[in-house]
Amino acid sequence: MAKNRFGLLRSAHIVFQKDIHLEFRTRYSINAILMFAITTLTAISFSIGPMNLRSEVLSPLLWILLFFSSMSGLSHIFVREEEQQTADTLRLVTSPASVFLGKWFFNIVLLFGLEVIIVPLFLAMMGAGVEGIWIFLLILFIGSIGLASVATIIAAIISQASAKGALFAVVSFPISLPILISGIHGTRLAMDGVQFSDCLSDLQVLISFSIVIVTLSLLLFEFIWRK
Amino acid sequence: MFILKVFNILESDKLNGVHMFEIHADQIAQKFNQRIIFRDISFKIKSGHSLVFLGPNGSGKTTLVRVICQLIRPTKGKVRFFRNDEEIKQDQIYPFLGLVGPYLQLYNSLTALENYEFFAKIRRQPVDVNHFKKLMGRMGLAGREMDELRTYSSGMLHRVKYVMALIHQPEILILDEPTSNLDEKGAEIVYEIMEEQRRSKILIVATNEPEEIKFGEEQIRLAS
Repeated sequence: MAKNRFGLLRSAHIVFQKDIHLEFRTRYSINAILMFAITTLTAISFSIGPMNLRSEVLSPLLWILLFFSSMSGLSHIFVREEEQQTADTLRLVTSPASVFLGKWFFNIVLLFGLEVIIVPLFLAMMGAGVEGIWIFLLILFIGSIGLASVATIIAAIISQASAKGALFAVVSFPISLPILISGIHGTRLAMDGVQFSDCLSDLQVLISFSIVIVTLSLLLFEFIWRK
Repeated sequence: MFILKVFNILESDKLNGVHMFEIHADQIAQKFNQRIIFRDISFKIKSGHSLVFLGPNGSGKTTLVRVICQLIRPTKGKVRFFRNDEEIKQDQIYPFLGLVGPYLQLYNSLTALENYEFFAKIRRQPVDVNHFKKLMGRMGLAGREMDELRTYSSGMLHRVKYVMALIHQPEILILDEPTSNLDEKGAEIVYEIMEEQRRSKILIVATNEPEEIKFGEEQIRLAS
């Protein structure tokens, strides 16, 4: 049993490594997300001008930016396999669970990597201050795992459809709502510098939602992956 | 459209090898929407034997291959794999299976060597560059190991698919249109591979080429 689990994680790691390698060779997802985020950020920055926005506005703006930026690139992880007809090759060499875990981890790493650039840029361009920096980072960390989890399973579903691009954001949005609502609320509180205990309910929602999504995805993925 | 033959080629056991592999296909049927592609396909095959799927275009040869490789679920019936009479679980069949077909693609943005490293590792094989170079040489691709696959011609891509399908010396080799896109020299190499495979392992071929049909001891003929 332990050997099987280790084998699963090892295979997932190999799928992850392959995707990282492919991404650095083509840079499709990185470019898509980064270009979307910077364009949107610039547009928001110009439209707001010198106004100093409160945390009630800044927090939703940050999460809208993160959500739509991730929607522009995270679906590529499965769409690329289907469009380049390598999905069958992958189906032939490893288990569905390894594929899901490898690709889920890739999306998490990609989203974290881009947040390292996007979030400081957002705070600097909006002139926003964060009082509770550790709570802010924790909310962002767990929220991103949730977003990447939703994006990965929805990407697997829409990669089988014909109108992939349009479907991805439309299908992901209602499923991501609990993450967005708790993320926005928690981020606002963190920006205002409240105590950790005040953000606990948002963190609980983010953690439990991410666990539910990943568990369901692992259970259902085989039916999505094998036609 | 329907089956034609149900048979069993288990009776003669050619091998005394340690690992004896078997495939049991039981009453497989496949339907897309309301259209029946095939039904009631049953066969058993074991190491040291070969099988050919025949039939006109659209008769379901590729679909049958995909069902056997578990790339698609059959509408009805079951395909089971055995090693030394012990059933192999679905998620443990990968190290024993090799498939080459026109619809299977490799990672074009990676080099042949990078593709090899990925497929060797995921199949839990040691990464042996000398073995890989030998296979590339055998397929007439020596010296192209470090080139990205997008720079290969369609014939070369088909050859490199054989390299990736053979790196783990699969006990079950399934070939769909084995020599499509290949020149005469390439086809000869593939025939050698087929001959070697059917001697001690399982070979399944989906084809209509007379040259290739003769590699199958038994045939399943699908009707359109």
